[in-house]
This record gives sequence, structure tokens and C-alpha cells, in this order.
Amino acid sequence: MSEPSVHLHIDGVAVEVPAGASVAAAIATSSEVAPRFRRSRSGQPRAPLCGMGVCFECRVTIDGAAHQRACLTVAREGMQVRCDD
Amino acid sequence: MTEHCDVLVIGAGPAGLAAACAAASHGAKVVLVDMQPRAGGQVWRQDLRKPAVATARAAFAEVSARPDIRCLQQAQVVAARPGHVLIEHAGTAMELRYRALVLATGARELLLPFPGWTLPGVTGAGALQALVKQGWPIAGKRVLVAGSGPLLLAAAATLQAHGAQVLAICEQAPAAQLRGFAMQLWRWPSKLIQAAGLRTRLAGVPYRSGTWVRAASGDERVTEVEIESARGVERIACDHVAVGYGLVANTELAQKLGCELTMQDPHPHVRVDTRLMTSVADVYAAGEACGIGGVDTARIEGAMAGCFAAGADKEAEALRARRDHARAFAELLPRHFALRKQVHLAATPQTVVCRCEDVSLSQLQGQADWRAAKLATRCGMGSCQGRICGAALAELRVFDSTLAVSNAPNPNPVPPTPAASAQGARPPVFPTRLASLAGTFSSERESSENQSIAQK
Repeated sequence: MSEPSVHLHIDGVAVEVPAGASVAAAIATSSEVAPRFRRSRSGQPRAPLCGMGVCFECRVTIDGAAHQRACLTVAREGMQVRCDD
Repeated sequence: MTEHCDVLVIGAGPAGLAAACAAASHGAKVVLVDMQPRAGGQVWRQDLRKPAVATARAAFAEVSARPDIRCLQQAQVVAARPGHVLIEHAGTAMELRYRALVLATGARELLLPFPGWTLPGVTGAGALQALVKQGWPIAGKRVLVAGSGPLLLAAAATLQAHGAQVLAICEQAPAAQLRGFAMQLWRWPSKLIQAAGLRTRLAGVPYRSGTWVRAASGDERVTEVEIESARGVERIACDHVAVGYGLVANTELAQKLGCELTMQDPHPHVRVDTRLMTSVADVYAAGEACGIGGVDTARIEGAMAGCFAAGADKEAEALRARRDHARAFAELLPRHFALRKQVHLAATPQTVVCRCEDVSLSQLQGQADWRAAKLATRCGMGSCQGRICGAALAELRVFDSTLAVSNAPNPNPVPPTPAASAQGARPPVFPTRLASLAGTFSSERESSENQSIAQK
């Protein structure tokens, strides 16, 4: 029996994750080599630090809404996620 | 939109769930507000692939079975004043009015700067545990778990259960201090059983005391970590470094309400009286917000606070002995997991301290206090609102005034960080959309609020 999954797009790339997974997990799944989340003011790559919605390092654009915390958002079918905002 | 309730509970971790159930069982109409998508807080964070522990399942079941508890998940507190809390939920702003409020806002990890700590792949220890429970791919990855405190074992066990290769658990405390901690655990049998269980599950993972992280390196993500111990410096290739230095209480909402805080050198928690009431009437607090005490303390204090908030004082008092015993455990933690100087000294002048504004440690040196640092560097003024760098700078005692506060009794100490400064508590409690702020608390209400702040 396979677990139910949802399909979303991370910077245009289709990703499949288990139902209930966070957008942060989906981004990490989309590129396990070096997941992209955001760039700092001086251009350094950044990714989740606190895992619980406090640090804001995982913020991305979800369905056009900027500055959404990927760790607090559950991945939904058809979601469009844009990183490096 | 405005909603009324008897008891409003903020936070759906063990303390908040217990508070909501206790208050409802004494006839109160309860609203439970939580920021995460699912109840449980951090310690009972639900795992996609594994069932929750029995106590957590029972708490979830009771909350959902009670018609008199309305549970608002993914709801964020924006602003608050006694009697009113403004939240953002499902894209709209909502004002909640309460007769009694229970703050069960929990704690966050203490995350300290070291060279390379901003690299992707470097997280808190509990942080990686939380991410993995929500589907973060960890199978086959090489992870070094480091920092301090009992949470490291729990995090490592979760990572291993999800297929990670845990290279080692590096605890900065020396072996003698850890033995002292273990010798005390018989007084809390549930903790002893839990610790023994974790050690058994992690039998193949080296547990290294007196070992700390010096630096992490890599290009677009971490590829190597540098640890130090009496053996000297070692470099270890890895995919993740999960490093947390214990917990600090979340006090922002309490501050916004004007609740007095207590400094537990150098981090604040909410001060409560014997009835778990804060310095603000009808505002109670329970669990980690009142000082780090663990899940057992949180559950008992949550139940007590819920009873007091619903006027069931007798039932609350019946829990007092259990609460005092659970709280005594809290005293062990700072004693046995005190951070060594080398952990504080890991950050170099070039190390970024404020991750939101890219402010380095050298930019902060010479600043008299937090306020001066903010004005000169924007440190603490980014999205996290100083939640990460505030606690780190307090722990590192970067500003002279921090030392003055912790060492000398001063009736009007200069608040060292936003976390300790009631005057610094301004809305929003969390960054929010302008639409959520506009027109919800009326201008008349806000001005009376500002007056009451000015009078303090």
C-alpha cells in the first residue's frame, strides 16, 4: 500500500511528497544536493534553522504570497512555490 | 470579527492542551490558538510516519472530542492587550476577547553563532527533528548532533529512526557533570526510563561528552564540521549539523501584555505567583514559558492553570505537590548543562550574528547596549524580530549592560535584549500583513493601550 501523496511545483519543478509534509520538506526533496530557500541581504544561501516558525530563514513565495514560512506550511496539491525571494 | 470566550489558551503543546481540557471540564468555553498546522507543540510534534506517544494521542483526542473547545491551528498572534488578543487565522484577522488567558507559549532552542552556522544544512538539534517529522528527507544522510542538554538524545533518536546516519552526539558538558545529572534522575522515574530507552536505541552512536562545535564549512551547504575536545580538533565530513544549546522561554506575548519577567541568567521567563497568575490580572502562564521544566511540568502546570482560569481552585491545588516535584527537575538543567566558555567564544569577529540583517559580531562590539546596536546596525530588526540573535547575544553577553543586569541588583536595569525588555514589546507579536493590522483594534483602543504602556 502506498501512502497518499501531493504534487506541487518548486521553482517550476514538479515534486511529490507524502500528504501532510511541509513545504520545507518539499523544497528539500526537490533538490537534496543544495536546497534553495532564500538569499540573505549579502547574497548568502540560507535554509531552515529553527524548524518551528521562529527564525524566518525558510521563507519563500507560495502561490504568489511572499514571505511565507515553508516550515509552517503544509504542502497542498498544485501549490506553486518560488524560492530566493 | 470578534469572538468571546471564557478561557483563551495560547499554544497547543502539552501545557496548552492540558489547560484547555481542564478549563473546559470545569464548564468554561475555551478557544485554543496555535501557530503550527497540527497540535502538539514541539515535544509532541506529530510525525508523518509514526504514531504519537500515548499521552499525546489522549490529549489530542480529548481536545477534539470536547465541543466546548474551539481549536484554531495555524493562527498567529498579532497584537494583544489585557482582555483582547488579535490573531491572524485563515487569511483574516480575528479579535478574541477572554475572561482569563493562559499563556502556554513554550520555548525555542538556544542557537548560538559559530563560523559557518548560516550555511544550509546547519540547524538546531530539535529543529532538524521537527523538520524530519514533517517529511524532510534524511535517510542516508550523515548528521552530526551537537550542543547541550537532554534534547540531543531525543533528536538523534528521531533522526536515526528516519534512516539518518548519526555520526556522533557531541555534548559540550564534561562527563563528570553528566554523571551528576544521571545520578539524580531516579527521583523522576519517567525521565530515567526515557533516558535509558534513548541510550539503548542509540547504542551504535558515539556519545561524546566535553566536545563542542567550533565551525562548519561548505560552499552552498555544509560539507564539513569542526569539533573540539580534549583530544584536539577534528574535522568530520557530513551533510547536516544539528546543534542546539538547550531551550529558552518564549516571552514575547507575555511582554506585550505587560507581564513581568524574571531573568534566569541571562534569559527571561514569565513570572507567576502560586496560582500561576502573571503580574497581569487573569493572565496565567504554564509550562516552558515560566522556565524550562520539560513535558511533565508542562502538562501538570497546564492543567493547574486551566483549573485556576476556570475558577476551579480546589482542583488546581490538588495538583500542587506533583507540580513542585516536576519543577524540581528544572533546577538540574542549568546546573549540569551550563555552557562552557569555548561555546561562547566560537563566534569570530567576522561571524554573522544577526542572520536577518547580516550583522557580524565585530559590528556589535563597542555598542553600549541593544538599543544602540539596533540603531547603528539594524541588528535584531529583521523578520525574526531578534528572536534568534537576541537570545544569542544575551547568552554571549556581548553588551556590557547585560553583565550589569546579571551581576548587580539594579532596580531599573537597562534591558539587554528585546527579549528582556517590556518597553521593547511592540506589535506585531509576529510579522503580519498590513490588512490584519488595519482597522481591527480601533485607534481609540490603541491610544489607550499606548497610554497604559507610557504609565509603566
